Amino acid sequence: MDQKIYTVSALTREVKELLEMSFPRLWVEGEISNLKFHSSGHIYFTLKDESAQIACAMWRSRANQLIFRPGDGMQVLVEGELQVYERGGTYQLIVQQIQPAGVGALQMAFEQLKKKLHAEGLFDEQYKKPLPLYPEKIGIITSPTGAAIRDIVSVGSRRFPCIEIILSPVRVQGEGAAEEIVHAIKNMNEYGEVEVIILGRGGGSMEDLWAFNEESVARAIFDSEIPIVSAVGHEIDFSISDFVADRRAPTPSAAAELVVKDRAELLGVTNYYQERLNNGMKKLIREYQEKITSYSSSYAFRKPEDFIFQKIQRVDDLQKFISMSLSHLIKLKTQNLRRVKEQINALNPQAILGRGYSICSKEGEIVKSVDQLELQDIVDIKLAQGQFSSQVKSLQ
Amino acid sequence: MTQKQTFEQALERLEQIAKGLESGDASLDESLKMYEEGMKLIEFCNSKLNEAQKTIRKLTKTSSGFTTEPLDENIQD
Repeated sequence: MDQKIYTVSALTREVKELLEMSFPRLWVEGEISNLKFHSSGHIYFTLKDESAQIACAMWRSRANQLIFRPGDGMQVLVEGELQVYERGGTYQLIVQQIQPAGVGALQMAFEQLKKKLHAEGLFDEQYKKPLPLYPEKIGIITSPTGAAIRDIVSVGSRRFPCIEIILSPVRVQGEGAAEEIVHAIKNMNEYGEVEVIILGRGGGSMEDLWAFNEESVARAIFDSEIPIVSAVGHEIDFSISDFVADRRAPTPSAAAELVVKDRAELLGVTNYYQERLNNGMKKLIREYQEKITSYSSSYAFRKPEDFIFQKIQRVDDLQKFISMSLSHLIKLKTQNLRRVKEQINALNPQAILGRGYSICSKEGEIVKSVDQLELQDIVDIKLAQGQFSSQVKSLQ
Repeated sequence: MTQKQTFEQALERLEQIAKGLESGDASLDESLKMYEEGMKLIEFCNSKLNEAQKTIRKLTKTSSGFTTEPLDENIQD
């Protein structure tokens, strides 16, 4: 037998050399399955296509650098090197990096954009605007023919029939969708009459939802003055617009419920205020009634009477004063009169006669000088009491 | 923004009025005026809530501004 007989080890070593040398670092595309994240940090999975599969291992140092989390069923491009594991007689791909293929690439872009915008602060809580409590006019940016607008309208008008809905119709998927959405957000802000905007669409594949993961859309949402509720796809779907919007709603219907208050709830609110106002007013009236009662019995309220009494008293005083003044005046005048009378009296010739003087007259004429007299003239002498006649006996 | 009173503004004012009445700081005359205003606001809100269903309108930008027109598609099923 001149045929060479290998030992298992020797054969395996040659296979190893041959394989590892023939296939230096390479790229291979396939679907991930049997993915295991080992506690050590290493990742193990099987890369497969329709008819074959290959074991893969990614060591922790490399796995840590992944910016997305691989999952079973994910189509990926893997860069690595073939390695034969001698003890197990198997070969595997030692993976250096994984790039998603197809939708996986979008996912990766999604993660990349998310990371970037997050670092820029576009998702920060401080930029989130509060939603209006009771909007009456809401804007919707979605497809005019999609499930989203139907759901929003039916939920919205069931809860608050007079809600005004302004639709800015856009394509929500495919070429140009992102541009239309950006435009619609700007238009709604320029229009300015809606109090809140619901931006969204119904469910779909990641590719279908992609417009809502575009950077231009994210920035338009961030720049909007009007609060925006993002409602893209189903509960499980997260989009960049969800992160940057002021609120995320899991579905368009949920967005309508979030934004549009229930009519019954609002009636409750108005009833609440009616009651508060009535109670406030009743309390006020009661307080005033109490005040009136207490005023009417208080000193302050009796004051006007006092005032009148005081005035009456004053009038009395004045009257007294006046009457006193009058009698005083009369007394004064009486005294005056008496004095004048006395003066007049003093001048009365009769009074002079009273003091012992007498008046001598001749033929009715008062004699003031002896020149008026002749000897033997008869003169009349008037005394205080009575009168007599006498004959002039001598003249001097 | 729109000039006409909104539901939200009405409720904000109602809250102010309720607080004002409850504080008892206002004169009787002022209180009566506030109460009257409050009742009008409540009436306004209730009338809003009883308004007929509005149609959905489509926003269109024109050279002179914006117009809204009823949406053709029958999207309310």
